[in-house]
Amino acid sequence: EMEGENEVKLHGMWASTYSKRVELALRVKGIPYEYIEEDLRNKSPLLLQYNSVYKKVPVLVHNGKPITESYIILEYIDETWQNGPRLLPQDPYQRAQIRFWASFIQQQLFGSFYKLISSNGEEQEKAVEEVFEKMNVLEKGMKELLPEGVPEVDGNNFGVLDILVTATFGPYKAHEEVFGLKVLDPEKYPLLFSWVQKLNEIPLVKGVLPPHDKLVALLQFIKQNDLKPSS
Amino acid sequence: MAKEVTLLGFWASPFVFRVKVALQQKGVVDYEYIEEDIFNKSPRLLELNPVYKKVPVFIHGEKVVNESLIILEYIDETWQQNPLLPRDPYQRAMARFWAKYSEELMVKAFMALVLKGEAKEKNAKEFAEGLEKIEGEFKGKSGLLFAEGEGNIGYLELAFGWILYWLPVWEEAGSFQILDPQKFPVINEWSTKFVNHPLIKENLPARDRMLVYFRKLSEEFFTLFRA
Repeated sequence: EMEGENEVKLHGMWASTYSKRVELALRVKGIPYEYIEEDLRNKSPLLLQYNSVYKKVPVLVHNGKPITESYIILEYIDETWQNGPRLLPQDPYQRAQIRFWASFIQQQLFGSFYKLISSNGEEQEKAVEEVFEKMNVLEKGMKELLPEGVPEVDGNNFGVLDILVTATFGPYKAHEEVFGLKVLDPEKYPLLFSWVQKLNEIPLVKGVLPPHDKLVALLQFIKQNDLKPSS
Repeated sequence: MAKEVTLLGFWASPFVFRVKVALQQKGVVDYEYIEEDIFNKSPRLLELNPVYKKVPVFIHGEKVVNESLIILEYIDETWQQNPLLPRDPYQRAMARFWAKYSEELMVKAFMALVLKGEAKEKNAKEFAEGLEKIEGEFKGKSGLLFAEGEGNIGYLELAFGWILYWLPVWEEAGSFQILDPQKFPVINEWSTKFVNHPLIKENLPARDRMLVYFRKLSEEFFTLFRA
């Protein structure tokens, strides 16, 4: 397929972890794309049309065809652009394991993150417990998946799990600052912590993750507004 | 001699059903099926699926794969005849998208089954709204969806199977009604084709048995499974 025939657009949002996943994938693959920043309080008609089911970012539009749901987009990118680094290994069992953990991160881990930031008091204490439990499971799972520890990563050797870990935990310092909770604890989760350190050093990652201060400001704003009773 | 493939399952599970049909379509018939008592889980189940403690658990030699949709993709990639997923990446993305959407809807439908009163109604309503999206999306797309090859069952169809066979049972067992044939003509037509497909028919659990089981679940869910 000729490079010139590919028109790739990404509707995203600068602070969205899901949006960042897709940006990382496009850059790892060296795929040129047009980026469209969406204002989530004022979504473009195009976004609403492309993602009529969820009305969310990211949406990848490839030659006019929209693909939604970040993990599905990652697999789509890997299957469509087969030159360059592979985001997923070829072996069916390794693929199954990666899909399992991708699903865990999404359903279980993010599920408990949302509970954490949307609750208070006793409910929030329970939510904190749950987050730590899920992190334990993830740490253990990654240890089993990567018995030799985290392999070397760089701009050319960057897979789906690297993408997910980067997008989820890369901005951990901003999260800690705003929510006052150390989730990515190096003592509890040494493998995940060291993985994130490695990832955050890579120019590819530095070029994609949101600037710390800007993210802190946004998260503070969100946090403060959620404390107000909804009308 | 130990068989190469083992499947831990539960007779009433729509998730296990998916795997059984997929294996049969691929011609993988000589495998060991072990019926699990999900109310009294075996040590083996807990060991092989420690994260979710659920069936299906798919064992292929030394490899253990969990989560039914992930198992389907593994099966499709390992045994490449009679494909489940389309070859085109965009169509694959669409199949995966709607399968994922269907899983989210299933939670609401199941909640409508096991909850009572206002909570039941809320879930039933949200589920109906979601189902309308599916009805709308697949209007005008006739025949078996996303299956390559004459008479083959596809990944998406297996993902939607619960809507086509389990849901009417849940409606009856849980006393709620969504699948009005006037509102959902596409799904109703699809349902009929689905349950009459030879490969599907062979693997569907008996309706009367399901009704008894899901009625009980509807009444006693929160005592049977600690939340």
